[in-house]
Amino acid sequence: MAITHLKTADFDNAVREGVTLVDFWATWCGPCRMQAPILEALDKELQGSVKIAKVDVDEEPELAQRFGIMSIPTLLVIRDGEAADKRVGVQNAEQLKAMIG
Amino acid sequence: MQTSYDILVIGGGAAGVSAALTAVNRGKTVAVISNPVETGSIWRAEKITNYPGCPEMSGSDLALLLRRQLAESRAELITGRALSVIPMGETFGVAVENDYYSCSAVILAAGITREKLYPGEAELLGRGVSYCATCDGMLYRGKTVALIGSSEEAERDADFLRSIGCTVLAFKENLRYAVIGRDRAEALIAGDKEYPVDGVFIIKDTVSVTTLVPGLAREDNAIMTARGMTTSVPGVFAAGDCTGKPYQFAKAVGEGNVAALSACDYIDKIKEKV
Repeated sequence: MAITHLKTADFDNAVREGVTLVDFWATWCGPCRMQAPILEALDKELQGSVKIAKVDVDEEPELAQRFGIMSIPTLLVIRDGEAADKRVGVQNAEQLKAMIG
Repeated sequence: MQTSYDILVIGGGAAGVSAALTAVNRGKTVAVISNPVETGSIWRAEKITNYPGCPEMSGSDLALLLRRQLAESRAELITGRALSVIPMGETFGVAVENDYYSCSAVILAAGITREKLYPGEAELLGRGVSYCATCDGMLYRGKTVALIGSSEEAERDADFLRSIGCTVLAFKENLRYAVIGRDRAEALIAGDKEYPVDGVFIIKDTVSVTTLVPGLAREDNAIMTARGMTTSVPGVFAAGDCTGKPYQFAKAVGEGNVAALSACDYIDKIKEKV
């Protein structure tokens, strides 16, 4: 399973079913580079049981607005299309697993 | 520039420099994260007369001596504020302004920090309240933000925010502040006036220890340490004024030395396991 980059157009479809962990990031955000490898490692570990996706807030301002993104990175867990948990700031593997449940 | 070190020392005063010098002697790669030397406590001390081996001198002269010694050592200096320390298993990630670094051990030596937060500050951190203009400013382009801070850095941050299209209400005085909002920051109370804003940037010299290392055990406004200057978080050590009284140069230097040696032992033990 690979980490998908979501756009406004395909977002709802992608998160409609199952559990999706969304990383809201930006190119100008330093700590986002700390978050990225943590997500890659988690993705390998979870093997698709949870989808991991990224949203570039500069390219997708509507999505950033919709979920009230006010600090980067923000991690959001979506269950069957509904936002369930949101954490601001870099989250380590343990914290991400706690979010996913 | 490197981004990975054996030890990251947060704070460039007596404890921090002492720790760094000791750690490089033990062959570790070290970087000290610090604000400009004039922002520290030593700079403001009129005279230090009880530091053994050192003739009586002003705090500013002593602070400059420390910086020179650091510059001549193999430790690096990273100028900026550490904003958060994130445990990542056997390493730590440390966010410094809009950059990040990783290390095996952290030594906290940032001195006396303001732990008391404004009402709404902790609750709305990340939801309209931010400590770093370069990190989060881009999300407020075209919006109105308040910026609280009287340092030169605060002024530069205000200019930066304006340059990217934010309307900035700058507050430099020591007023009673409170951030109000339910799910997000909606207004700033300054003194007895209320200002509707989309965000509040609080620019302080140091981030509070509780924000920097969530869960770190503290008591009486100081980081709790055990022998060896260990803290409640394995791999995180503390030294100097941040561990409590007495607030003395000599104490800070000693604790920095002990903390560094403990950190080196900690790292050597991890490497043995591999």
